Amino acid sequence: MLAAALIVFREVLEAGLIVGVVLAATEGVAGRARWVAGGIGAGVVGAGLVALFAQQLSEAFQGSGQAVFNAAILIAAVVMLTWHILWMSRHARETVRHMKSLGQELTAGETTLLAMATVVAIAVLREGSEVVLFLYGIAAFGGTNPAAMLSGGLLGLAGGAAVSFAIYRGLLAIPTSKLFAVTNGLVALLAAGMAGQAAVYLVQANLIPSLGDQVWDTSWLLRDDGLLGRALHALVGYSDRPMGVQLATWLVVLASLMAFGRKMGTLRKPPRPAT
Amino acid sequence: MAVCPFTPKPVARKALCLAAIVALAGAAWSGSASAGVTSAITLTLKNHRFTPAAFTVPAGQKVSVILINQDPATEEFDSHDLRLEEVVTPMGHVRFDIGPLTAGQYSFMGEFHAATAQGKVTAVQAER
Repeated sequence: MLAAALIVFREVLEAGLIVGVVLAATEGVAGRARWVAGGIGAGVVGAGLVALFAQQLSEAFQGSGQAVFNAAILIAAVVMLTWHILWMSRHARETVRHMKSLGQELTAGETTLLAMATVVAIAVLREGSEVVLFLYGIAAFGGTNPAAMLSGGLLGLAGGAAVSFAIYRGLLAIPTSKLFAVTNGLVALLAAGMAGQAAVYLVQANLIPSLGDQVWDTSWLLRDDGLLGRALHALVGYSDRPMGVQLATWLVVLASLMAFGRKMGTLRKPPRPAT
Repeated sequence: MAVCPFTPKPVARKALCLAAIVALAGAAWSGSASAGVTSAITLTLKNHRFTPAAFTVPAGQKVSVILINQDPATEEFDSHDLRLEEVVTPMGHVRFDIGPLTAGQYSFMGEFHAATAQGKVTAVQAER
């Protein structure tokens, strides 16, 4: 049971972290709970569909179907996160003012909520399809102890939800005036990591060159397939042996998004500086 | 894929690639002894064990792997060393490329049954 719990937890950890960051990044935008919940729901449905067509997906694109599909949805997520950063650079100050002085939520945040719900759906879909297949295999064909395995799986899912909640609450400890600067940075890192990972998938699908198979090797320090390594991989795109093209993509996306986000800082100063 | 020439029409390319894969698999099957180089590997998963659990590939070349799952359970072919994660459905199969690898040993496993599903690839420098 614990083995199953750990397997499922490893798979949902990444999605859990992303949902937590999205929750914090959309703090104070009216109706976001509904959108995020909708994103999770859509992701679960999507995971079911991907699981259902897993065999066909594998065979698509001359056998590179899984890699091409992963790259495509990761790129979609990067576009959505970029959209969010652009939206935030225009609306962050307004949001903060509403939250601080008026105690109100900011309305008319639908555009970024749609983008962020899509990101959540993609994160859940990516990791969820493997969980669905894993649990389906147990449920449909049994095993040594299907009941214990399934409850272990559910325990792992609960663990993923706990991670979401923990990172969300942790980020809320940041003072409101600084919250969106921090979440924008996190969102930019998230997007850069996803873009780098998309590049790796495209290399695996033979669509782009790797530009160097490993630029460095830090697996002696922190492997990217352990729990901490996976968490850092999801949050900042950590890779213990990055490909050249992965590193280049990461740098370009991060630099561009930081430049977008900086616009926020060049707007007029808030009436009362937080310091 | 390294063996697929670039042709303008995607359909033609697909057909060509398919032909190439079949030809390659055939060549690997019949001519592996003469050349000492295998370009396609078939891995079978049964009772949560890989067969062959260890195999050798030429260094510096892309090698095609076909993984056939004969277990009624989902598996994820997972290799940190090879930087791969490929899901294979119960009784399903999946094809993916590994490499080009530098000479050395690379381990892989079935993530969902890691206790038994373990394997190793050795990449060796071609002699000549």
